[in-house]
Amino acid sequence: MPAYNPGMTSRARRRRTRFLVVLAPCLLAWQAVRAVHAAEEVAAIPDTLQQRIAVCTSCHGVHGEGTPGSGYFPRLAGKPADYLVRQMQDFRRGLRKYAPMEYTVRQLSPAYMREIADYFAAQQVPYQRSAVPAVSAQTLQRGEQLIDHGDPARRVPACTACHGSQLTGVQPSTPALVGLPYDYVSAQLGSWRTHTRAMAAPDCMAVIAGRLADSDITAVAAALASRELPADIHPQPAGSVKPPLPCGVLAAGASVP
Amino acid sequence: MRGLRRLFAMLLLLLVLLAGWLVVAADAGHRPEARTGIGPASLSDPALIARGDYLATAADCAGCHTAQGGRPMAGGRLLPTPFGNIPVPNITPDRETGLGRWSFADFWRALHTGRGRRGEWLYPAFPYTSYTRVSRDDALAIFAYLQSLPPVHRPTATGSLRFPYDRRESLGPWRALYFRAGEFRPDPEQSAPWNRGAYLVQGLGHCGECHTRRNAWGGLAAAPTLGGGQIPVQNWYAPDLSTRQHGGLQGWSAQDIVQLLKTGQSGRGSAFGPMADVVAGSTQHLSDDDLQAMATYLVSLPARAPVPDVDPTSHDDALVHQGKPLYAEHCAACHGKDGRGMAGVYPPLDGNPSVIEPSGINATRAVLLGGFAPLTRAVPRPYSMPPFAQRLSDAEVAAVVSYIRRSWSNRASAVRPEAVGRDRQTPAD
Ligand code: HEC
Ligand code: HEC
Ligand code: HEC
Ligand code: HEC
Ligand code: HEC
Repeated sequence: MPAYNPGMTSRARRRRTRFLVVLAPCLLAWQAVRAVHAAEEVAAIPDTLQQRIAVCTSCHGVHGEGTPGSGYFPRLAGKPADYLVRQMQDFRRGLRKYAPMEYTVRQLSPAYMREIADYFAAQQVPYQRSAVPAVSAQTLQRGEQLIDHGDPARRVPACTACHGSQLTGVQPSTPALVGLPYDYVSAQLGSWRTHTRAMAAPDCMAVIAGRLADSDITAVAAALASRELPADIHPQPAGSVKPPLPCGVLAAGASVP
Repeated sequence: MRGLRRLFAMLLLLLVLLAGWLVVAADAGHRPEARTGIGPASLSDPALIARGDYLATAADCAGCHTAQGGRPMAGGRLLPTPFGNIPVPNITPDRETGLGRWSFADFWRALHTGRGRRGEWLYPAFPYTSYTRVSRDDALAIFAYLQSLPPVHRPTATGSLRFPYDRRESLGPWRALYFRAGEFRPDPEQSAPWNRGAYLVQGLGHCGECHTRRNAWGGLAAAPTLGGGQIPVQNWYAPDLSTRQHGGLQGWSAQDIVQLLKTGQSGRGSAFGPMADVVAGSTQHLSDDDLQAMATYLVSLPARAPVPDVDPTSHDDALVHQGKPLYAEHCAACHGKDGRGMAGVYPPLDGNPSVIEPSGINATRAVLLGGFAPLTRAVPRPYSMPPFAQRLSDAEVAAVVSYIRRSWSNRASAVRPEAVGRDRQTPAD
């Protein structure tokens, strides 16, 4: 159930304050008891964000490295923080579908989401190459073509036009395409078509995924996964690209909710 | 013997149908109340609206009437029931799709007698079976608050109720058997806080809608009040709320209950699944006086009949035995070897009502889904538990859950791998 927190009445708030005054000494005493108890524990529980988000790291890895082989659990490390926050919000709102993600983030506050996103955005983990299915040279070439030049006949812009000339993403919120496994890219493009992934309108990726032929999805996913990683994998600075299609989340003034 | 039983069943059915018809006949003569003198002016009183906001929070109206990612109170959810999915309507004051044209008399009739604006019967997925105890004054405040919200244009979704439940007339027999309109009557023998607590728990808080067993007809069974029950389709077990002997919360103090409802955690367990939503959306926002009142009422619930100890089969013993090393490997770091958890961080499993509830569903699903403890004002950065759905097989989950249900002071039944397989299929929401 979505949590909706209407503001408390001021009376309730005053009562709370009074309660806190009474409670403070008890809390202090309790803290002391807790400290003693903690000392007795074999391993004390670290008061860190990393410890708090055991649920996330059990799927995405302690440093957000994901599962490089299958790409089933996507990498989070080093992705723009605003992008990560937006994904959590989109799962929470049901724009992006994956039941365990929706369940896990359903109650997170904006502040906690931001803190978690900052943690993963700051992780530096080398990319690992993942397996690419055997495709023909022609298919790879078609993929490269789409990445750097797009296909004017199908009105598909170049991927680099938004994702950056080296596909390392663009600040503040456009994700990188380099280093993404084949399965993950093709699954994401597919989910834009089946409406199990969406973003605030106008949804430029839904437009692009809709204009690609089925064989183009294989081609572009294979070409992306085969690319050598550039030496510098940091996202390009904000404002360094001009999106060729209207894109709600990239519009000037679009803020992460 | 078989023929007799069938005859008896037929007679019973006839009786139920007759009762239903009687209700229809009685209802038909029941005209909507005369319009009250409540107009827009009295509804726009800010103090009334603020009180309504608080009461609507205590009743968690938004919990059902808000879709995932949708505007508050604008409806759009489909509530799963054994009879199909029931769409939750828009209750913002939009004139076409919400309550824009409703008078207070219409609203009172809905809340108090479970009937829509055209007099039609409403499905009891809308918990008017509890809200009927809400006072008229409180209903007026809630109405004023709802009418003060920005109107949202959003037509009600279409549901997928199965025949005959898609016909509202099918509710006749149900209403005859399980629904009586009636206000809350304070018990003069009891204190003011007790009465306030009983009113909140039985009325606005509608705790019994989950915490009392339902029969096959979706009615609250004649089981003890708040005696615990399985929530159909959503598949969670809402435990017995008695703190006395053999109660589901045996040993809980009023303070434990207040803590759980306010922070989502207590020294005896934390809220998860639908209870986490109740805490996050409703109870954490209640005043301390009201929480204390609810606890005062709950600790007065009577002792329960003893449940006979389950005699473990050799199969159960084997499961528990297999569960021990799994617990040491996957769980003990957080919940402790002794199952006592870590105060304020990780809930204890020893004596935890949700670990030892009769069905085993809660512990099984907690292990499969993992997740954060509720996020509340008191706990803005909760700790979390990894999901084990991908990491452990049905047999392993059954073993580790059987282990925690039968270790330390816990003496609940073992959980079979087939049951874990079934719980795996239940959608998370
Ligand atoms: C049960 C395993 C699981 C858990 C637990 C989990 N995730 Fe995910 N997460 C996934 C999967 C699988 C996807 C990809 C879903 C898809 O295909 O769209 C995903 C996607 C994401 C994405 C989008 C990644 C991208 O590049 O677009 C973010 C961000 C994310 N998760 C963050 C989190 C955070 C933060 C947590 C903890 C609060 C968490 N996840 C918990 C499995 C999990
Ligand atoms: C008009 C700008 C634009 C263009 C052109 C564009 N993208 Fe995107 N793309 C985006 C934005 C914005 C996102 C972030 C989506 C979100 O927040 O959910 C995105 C996300 C993605 C993702 C998801 C990444 C992840 O980590 O989950 C994939 C895959 C992707 N794009 C592939 C492509 C491909 C392939 C092309 C070229 C054929 C392309 N994009 C062209 C704007 C664009
Ligand atoms: C447990 C879920 C749930 C909760 C909590 C809930 N409702 Fe509802 N409500 C429903 C459902 C489902 C319906 C539709 C019933 C039907 O179609 O017969 C409904 C119907 C209604 C209606 C009739 C609307 C119409 O168009 O006929 C009103 C009015 C209403 N609810 C008000 C409220 C108020 C006020 C609260 C809080 C005090 C509340 N509800 C809490 C589920 C809920
Ligand atoms: C939507 C269904 C639902 C409603 C409504 C509901 N509960 Fe619960 N409750 C549950 C479930 C399921 C559990 C078991 C999961 C858990 O332990 O948190 C539970 C557990 C509890 C527990 C024990 C928590 C623990 O740690 O074991 C208490 C106390 C409780 N509820 C009190 C209440 C009160 C008081 C209300 C009314 C304000 C209420 N509940 C309303 C579903 C519900
Ligand atoms: C990283 C720490 C961690 C690990 C490891 C862990 N848990 Fe938990 N567990 C938690 C937290 C935090 C909660 C509270 C979650 C909530 O309230 O939704 C919890 C809740 C539970 C609950 C529900 C009880 C309640 O009151 O909330 C059960 C049952 C449970 N865990 C069993 C297990 C079992 C069995 C294992 C091993 C297979 C395990 N846990 C591993 C942290 C952990």
